[in-house]
Amino acid sequence: MSRESLLELQHVSKRYVMGEATLDALKDVNLTIYRNEYVAFIGPSGSGKTTLMNIVGCLDKPSSGSYILNDTPVADLDDNALARIRNREIGFIFQNFNLLGRADALRNVMQPLIYRGIPLSERKHMATETLQNVGLGDRLHHLPNQLSGGQRQRVAIARALVGKPSILLADEPTGNLDSSTGRDVMAMFDNLHKNGHTIIIVTHDQNIANHCRRVVRLMDGQVLSDTDNVAKVGNQEAMRRV
Amino acid sequence: MYNLLESLRSAFQSIRAHALRSFLTTLGIIIAVMSVITVVSLIQGFSQSVTSIFSKMGANGLLITSEETTEDYLAGKVVKITPDDLQAIQHQITGISKITPVLILAGNGSGAVQYGDQTAYSSIYGTTSSHASNSSFYPVMGRYLTPSDDFSHRRVAVIGQTLLKDLDLPKDPIGQYIGMFGQWFKIIGVLKKLGTIAGQDQDDRIYMPYGTAHSLLGASKVPDIQIDLEVNDLKDIDSVAGRITELLRRQHNLKPGQDNDFQVQTSAQVTGTINKIFNMITLVLGGIVSISLLVGGIGIMNIMLVSVTERTREIGICKSLGARRSDILLQFLIEAVTLSLIGGIIGLLLGYGIGMLVAHLVPQFLGAHVPWWAVVLSFGFACGIGVVFGIAPAAKAASLNPIDALRYE
Ligand SMILES: Nc1ncnc2c1ncn2[C@@H]1O[C@H](COP(=O)(O)OP(=O)(O)OP(=O)(O)O)[C@@H](O)[C@H]1O
Ligand SMILES: [Mg+2]
Repeated sequence: MSRESLLELQHVSKRYVMGEATLDALKDVNLTIYRNEYVAFIGPSGSGKTTLMNIVGCLDKPSSGSYILNDTPVADLDDNALARIRNREIGFIFQNFNLLGRADALRNVMQPLIYRGIPLSERKHMATETLQNVGLGDRLHHLPNQLSGGQRQRVAIARALVGKPSILLADEPTGNLDSSTGRDVMAMFDNLHKNGHTIIIVTHDQNIANHCRRVVRLMDGQVLSDTDNVAKVGNQEAMRRV
Repeated sequence: MYNLLESLRSAFQSIRAHALRSFLTTLGIIIAVMSVITVVSLIQGFSQSVTSIFSKMGANGLLITSEETTEDYLAGKVVKITPDDLQAIQHQITGISKITPVLILAGNGSGAVQYGDQTAYSSIYGTTSSHASNSSFYPVMGRYLTPSDDFSHRRVAVIGQTLLKDLDLPKDPIGQYIGMFGQWFKIIGVLKKLGTIAGQDQDDRIYMPYGTAHSLLGASKVPDIQIDLEVNDLKDIDSVAGRITELLRRQHNLKPGQDNDFQVQTSAQVTGTINKIFNMITLVLGGIVSISLLVGGIGIMNIMLVSVTERTREIGICKSLGARRSDILLQFLIEAVTLSLIGGIIGLLLGYGIGMLVAHLVPQFLGAHVPWWAVVLSFGFACGIGVVFGIAPAAKAASLNPIDALRYE
C-alpha cells in the first residue's frame, strides 16, 4: 500500500461557544490518513465523530490547529478553492442526509454535478445509474418526504458517490439500512476502495468497523486508539460476518 | 455562459418548487405596481383632457374676472367687473383684436328654462358673437349669435345639446320658443357636443345676446361680467395685460398697495393653474397609492425573510456539494429578478389596462396616460425590494461555512 499522506490533522481542536458555556468537541486531535486507506471512526455518541468528519470534509473549520489536505493547509484556501474540493475531491454522506427537500431523488443526486459543469443529459444519465446501483431505480421522482428513512439514506449515498470522489466521507451510512442493503452499500464502498479511493466511515457497528482496514476510536473529543486491522488476525472472519 | 444557463435553470426550478412563495411575491409586486399605474395614469390622462380643452382658448387669449380679496370679503364689499370696465378697456387699450363679455345670468345650472310643460335647470349666459371663433361655440344646427342680435337686444338663444333632451325639444328645435326669466326666447342654434369634464356636463348651457342679458337685469342692477379677449400679437400679451391691470385699478379706485380685486390671466396661466392643480392631485393620490407600494413591498420582504431559514439550509446543502458563492448568488439573483419582472410587467399591464378601460367608459377622456416616472417609481421600488430581500439573505448564507448554514435556525 502506498504511504502517500492524503490528509493530516495537527493539534486540531473544536470548541463550541454557547453564551457562557463552552464545549470542547475535539481536543488536540492528531491524525494522518494516507491515500487509499479504508478507515472507521468509532466511539460513543457525542464523542466528536461528526465534528471531526465535518472538518475533514472542509465543511467546518477547526478552532485551533491545522488541517492539511493534499499538502495544502486548508486555512489558506479561498472560498472557490474549497468549493472545488468539496465538489470534486470529497463525497460526503451526512448522518441526517441533508437532502434538498423540494427536489426529487434524481435532482438531489444530479445537484453536485451541476457545479462540475456536466451537461443536463449526462447528469441525468449518471444520476439515474447511481440511483439504480443503490436500488432506487424505481424511486427517481419521489421527493425526500415520500421516501422511507433507508431510501433517503440511499439517496444521500448515491449523491455522494455519483461524482466518484477520491475521498468518501460517510457519517453512519448504514444506520437506517437492513443488513442486506447495508452489505450492498458496503460492497459499493469496497469497490471504490479497490479503485484507489480513500474511504472514511463513522459507525457504531462493530462489524463494519472490523471490515475496515484501520479503526480510529474517539472518546470525549480525543483519539483513544488507532489500530490497523490488516495486521490483526481474524480480519478475514470479520469481513465475512459483515 | 454555461454558468448562467445552469443558474437560470436552477432559478426556474426553485420558482416552481416554491410555487406558493413565488406566487405571493409576484402578487405583492403586481398589486403595488398595478395600483400606482392605474391611479397615476387616470389622473394624468384626465389632466391632459382638461388641459387640451382649455388650450383651445388660444394662446393669445386673456381672461378677466373679478376676484374678491379676503379684505373685501370681510368688509362685505361685492367686487365686480362692470360693463363700464368693459367700455373702458374697449376705448383705451390698443392691441386687442377681439373682446367678448360674458354675463353670467345663472351659473352652475341654476337658471330655470321652460318648454311646453317641461322645466329644466341650466347655466345661462349673455355674450356676443365674437365667441364664435372658438370651436367650442360652433353650432351644429342653426347659427350662433350675431352682432345684430346683440345690438337689437333680440330674444334669441343658442342652446347646448343637454337641453334638447331635458326639455324634450323636437329633433329640429330651431324656431321653437323657450321661457327664461319670464320672457320667451327663440332658439336659433344648437351647439356642438362637448361632453363631461370633471363630472360637469359641458352641454348644459344657454347663450343669449349680451345686450339682451344686460337689459334683462334692468338698469338699476350692475352685473359682474367676465371678459375674454384676444390680443393682436402674442408678443404684446404681457404688456396688454399690464395696461389692463393699471386701467382697472384706476377704474376701481384702488390705492397703491391695495390688492387687485380682479384677475387678468393669460390662457397659458389658466392651463398652468389647471396643471398645477392636477399635479397636486397626482401627488396626493400618488402618495396614497405609494402606501400600497409600501405594503406590497413589506409583503415581499416578509415572504423573503420568512423563507430564509429554509433557504439557508438549502444553501448550506448546495455549498457542501460544491456550490461556489457566485453560483448561489447568481441563482438567487435570477430568481428574484425573474419574479420581480414578471410581477412588475403583469402589474404594469393590468394597471394600464384598467386605466384604458376606465378611459374607454368615460366619454371625452383622452385616454390613460402613463408617465415614465410612475413606471420607473413603481417598477423600481417593487423590483428593488424583491431583489434586495431576495438576495440579501442568500448573500449572507452564501458566505457562511456550509455547516453553519446547515445548522441555521
Ligand atoms: N453546533 C454545536 N454547538 C454546540 N455543541 C455542539 C454542536 N455540535 C456538536 N456539539 C457537541 O459536540 C459534541 C460532539 O458532537 P458530535 O456531533 O461530533 O458527536 P458524534 O460523535 O457524532 O455523536 P453521534 O454518534 O451521536 O452522532 C457533542 O457533545 C455535542 O453536543
Ligand atoms: Mg454524529
